[in-house]
Amino acid sequence: MSIRQAMLALLEQGPMYGYQLRAEFEQRTGATWPLNVGQVYTTLARLERDGLVIGEGADAVGHLMYRVTETGRAAASDWFATPVPREQPPPRDELAIKLAIAVTLPEVDVQAVIQQQRTATMRALQDYTRLKRDGRAADPQAPEDLAWSLVLDSLVFDAEAEIRWLDHCETRLRRAAALMATDGATASTAHIPTAPLTEEAAR
Amino acid sequence: MTTAPTTHAPILQIDTVTRVHGTGAGEVHALRGVSLNVNPGELVAVMGPSGSGKSTLLNLAGGLDQPTSGRVLVEGVDLVGLGNAGRARIRRTSVGYVFQDFNLIPALTARENVALPRELNGEGPRAARAAAEQALAEVGLGELADRFPDDMSGGQQQRVAIARAIVGQRRLILADEPTGALDTETGEQVLRLLRTRCDAGAAGVLVTHEARHAAWADRVVFLRDGLVVDEAGYDDAAHLTAAGAAYGTNPSPGGAG
Repeated sequence: MSIRQAMLALLEQGPMYGYQLRAEFEQRTGATWPLNVGQVYTTLARLERDGLVIGEGADAVGHLMYRVTETGRAAASDWFATPVPREQPPPRDELAIKLAIAVTLPEVDVQAVIQQQRTATMRALQDYTRLKRDGRAADPQAPEDLAWSLVLDSLVFDAEAEIRWLDHCETRLRRAAALMATDGATASTAHIPTAPLTEEAAR
Repeated sequence: MTTAPTTHAPILQIDTVTRVHGTGAGEVHALRGVSLNVNPGELVAVMGPSGSGKSTLLNLAGGLDQPTSGRVLVEGVDLVGLGNAGRARIRRTSVGYVFQDFNLIPALTARENVALPRELNGEGPRAARAAAEQALAEVGLGELADRFPDDMSGGQQQRVAIARAIVGQRRLILADEPTGALDTETGEQVLRLLRTRCDAGAAGVLVTHEARHAAWADRVVFLRDGLVVDEAGYDDAAHLTAAGAAYGTNPSPGGAG
């Protein structure tokens, strides 16, 4: 993930040490993508090796401080100026793969697969909504709180999109089942739930 | 199974309800044996495609329609046995409706719109208006009581409609796509008001086709062809996922130094 760029951009606010960087990152993103401090220091070491940050030595209490270099600033601006590419090929989507396989296998109850998934995703959506409703995302005052509430929105929209897609699959499968029933192909589609349409289709 | 308080009886009980429209070849089964209880403090969302029976369910809960078989009880009173006059009274005293298109009366101010169900119920105008003002304050519109619906934004009109639905401590709120005509953020304000009202002890039923809005409910019921096909319940203890628990953490700014 783009931890490198995120850290560079955060360092534009001023020199920081590892724990501080992690706290700044997590204030904006919740613990959605937890960072461990080891990761932060490893990344800082690589950024230093590449000339993007510079170690300033220890402060009065012994924290190792880092500041961003001019090259580092340029890299951060580049990051903001460039769209995040869609991955090609797309990252594996286990749910899409599961359904793609399930619809071709007569012994799998696709309807049940869809329903279970929808229920589980709805629960996750309820979790995110609770977090949006209460706590510091509910009525964001600081820019960091607004940032976090937008990250929650992103999770909400993702979950919603998945539920919409599942509804869509359910509708299409039922329509397909109804059509096949009209065509007299019944045995092979017995596992696909039939819509009331079939009642009309049957003489 | 649910997080609802169990110390009080359900405000809404729908017991094995079927609803058939038409007869013979034209028979349509809008509901095929649906049961649903909504407890005080609970908001239940009903989702499903068009024709799944969502609106029929809401109309039965509000006494606007009658089941072919089964029972509908509001605060323990069986609506079926009540007759038309009795059902109309329950609608004025116990049930608040919120519609997608607000359904406010254009010739009446916000205050008059909200006071109307109280006045129809025989309350004196002064008491009804006082109750209306309280309800309008509750939805954050205390200042706009003298406005007419046409001089208000969609979000404000829907808040007036919510005030009308909750005025006089009615304990069952039925909302049919209340956010349908609103943008995302205004829609969320409306959901927040419904949620607050339920948290204060009312029972709510929210019909919606948007999962994002249904997620404000304690339980989400999925209807399909007149049947409940699945149900997602929110249970603090059981369903707060590890991820959810992690988002709940509140990292302190600036770390330890």
